Amino acid sequence: MAGLIPASGWDIDVIDSIKKFTRNRTATVSLIFIIGILLLAIFAPQITRFSYEEQVIADRLQGPSMVHWMGTDNLGRDLFSRIIYGARMSLSVGIFTALLALVVGTFFGSIAGYFGGWTDGLVMRAVDLFYIFPSLLLAILLMLLLGRGFTGIFLALGMTAWVTQARLVRGQVLQAREMSYVEAARAIGVSHPMIIAKHILPNLWGPIIVSLTVQIPAAIMAESFLSFIGLGIQPPFSSWGTLASEGFRGMQSYPHLILFPGGVLFCTMLAFNYLGDGLRDMLDPRNTSDF
Amino acid sequence: MFVYALKRLFGAIPTLLILATLTFFLIRLAPGGPFDSDRAFPPEIEANILKTYGLDQPVYVQFGRWLRDAAHGDLHESFQYLGRPVTEVIEDSLPASMTLGLASLIFAISLGIPLGCLAAMKRRTFWDTSAMFLAIAGISLPTYLVASILILVFSLWLKWLPPALWEGPSSLVLPVLTLGSRPLAIIARLTRASLLDSFNSDYIRTAYGKGLSRTKVVFKHALKNSIIPVISIVGPLAANLVTGSFLVEVVFQIPGLGRHFVQAVLNRDYPLVMGVTLVYGVILILSNLAVDLVYGWADPRIRLGH
Repeated sequence: MAGLIPASGWDIDVIDSIKKFTRNRTATVSLIFIIGILLLAIFAPQITRFSYEEQVIADRLQGPSMVHWMGTDNLGRDLFSRIIYGARMSLSVGIFTALLALVVGTFFGSIAGYFGGWTDGLVMRAVDLFYIFPSLLLAILLMLLLGRGFTGIFLALGMTAWVTQARLVRGQVLQAREMSYVEAARAIGVSHPMIIAKHILPNLWGPIIVSLTVQIPAAIMAESFLSFIGLGIQPPFSSWGTLASEGFRGMQSYPHLILFPGGVLFCTMLAFNYLGDGLRDMLDPRNTSDF
Repeated sequence: MFVYALKRLFGAIPTLLILATLTFFLIRLAPGGPFDSDRAFPPEIEANILKTYGLDQPVYVQFGRWLRDAAHGDLHESFQYLGRPVTEVIEDSLPASMTLGLASLIFAISLGIPLGCLAAMKRRTFWDTSAMFLAIAGISLPTYLVASILILVFSLWLKWLPPALWEGPSSLVLPVLTLGSRPLAIIARLTRASLLDSFNSDYIRTAYGKGLSRTKVVFKHALKNSIIPVISIVGPLAANLVTGSFLVEVVFQIPGLGRHFVQAVLNRDYPLVMGVTLVYGVILILSNLAVDLVYGWADPRIRLGH
């Protein structure tokens, strides 16, 4: 019941939780993997031996070797470098989309849950509307307006993803506002925005972090789908989705071109899912590794 | 229940209206038009084309016209398939998408629930671990990777199944496996969690106390209650299957709604985009309603319409 412990008491809770988390080996390994991929993406220029766009036609379509760890593509570009640089795009779309959804969703979700009444009605109407709009289709339409670059994708996906976050936060705030510490804060005259920001939201960090481990991979996946069908990131930029899309065409003769980018995406998704499960177990003492 | 369903259907009309309005203005705001092609038309001809399709009118007039015609069941003619009404394009492509979606859903449910039961009953054994690894892998695998691996193995190497197109039941297999793997994983995980949850409740202890066998307890008592959360997720899953199938349709070149949507958006085929979005909206509303009805039937404690 991490969500119900008052804000002041969560320091000891954190140390306890970290201990509990490291006992879950799959989740710990997943976290290390994610940090590793992040570091690779950040230090891409220092790590890669080949440029991601240099074309060496003589070396085209090679299989994996000691020189080109993941082989080369049809223009002789080093696939490992392209995947590492693709990680920059894929991961930043994932992280920034999730953060945008987090900020917007938490804002609307908390005012809806806290104030109730017509505020709640209005926000929930908007949320319902987004629910009947197939999110990937809405993202495609929005991207036409916003452009097919990073900004377009990130805004389009963020604008569809905030809904889930808003629902989650609203539910949590609905519960929290009945707690006695909220009543106490109200009784000593704390203003409504202060109650939400200082008393209710700090207690929701658990579910919010868990929801990030769902939102980030969902956004990475959505971006890679859009890029795969040619509606997402456009050349010369690349993401795991565009790489997979290029690889799909030559798949019959050169399967490594799709198996590597797809495989890296798969491992990243797997890591996020295991991490999310681990965090959920850690923050919810009621169920131990059951979900 | 009938009155409730009717009420819900009428309640959906304003939602569809907002959906249509949003889509209409979003697609028109996008840069580019349906008749921008590489070869430029002489100005008179272009003016003529725009006039024929009413594109020379202000957008709100066009929207009014579209609404009026849509209310009469006329969704106008497609721009990219000249001369073909949008309703006809939808009629031709909806069956493929529906077949694909329904088959994937049936595949996911009929395999996901047993897999979840197996994992829950053999908790913390090899069976549980492998079933749950399969499930988490199913959630993590990008659709195109599943599709590529299946095509590589079953079409290109073993030559058992066709790699693409929509000709007969054999071309259904790979797309269904691809599209169904994710919902299968979600259903299996949820079934397991829900079953394990119910194992701790009093009525299960009572059932064991009566001396019932383990199989009987699980299938006659526990599963019945654990299935309710599973039902609640089938609605969104079903909707996702129909609307999310566009990637699978593009990869396997299936002439379904999703592929039309992608094409229509790229070509700025305004009427077709509107038509497909509307159909998707209706499908989402209907599948949510269907789930709520089944929900009320599965759990009499949930009273509909209150």
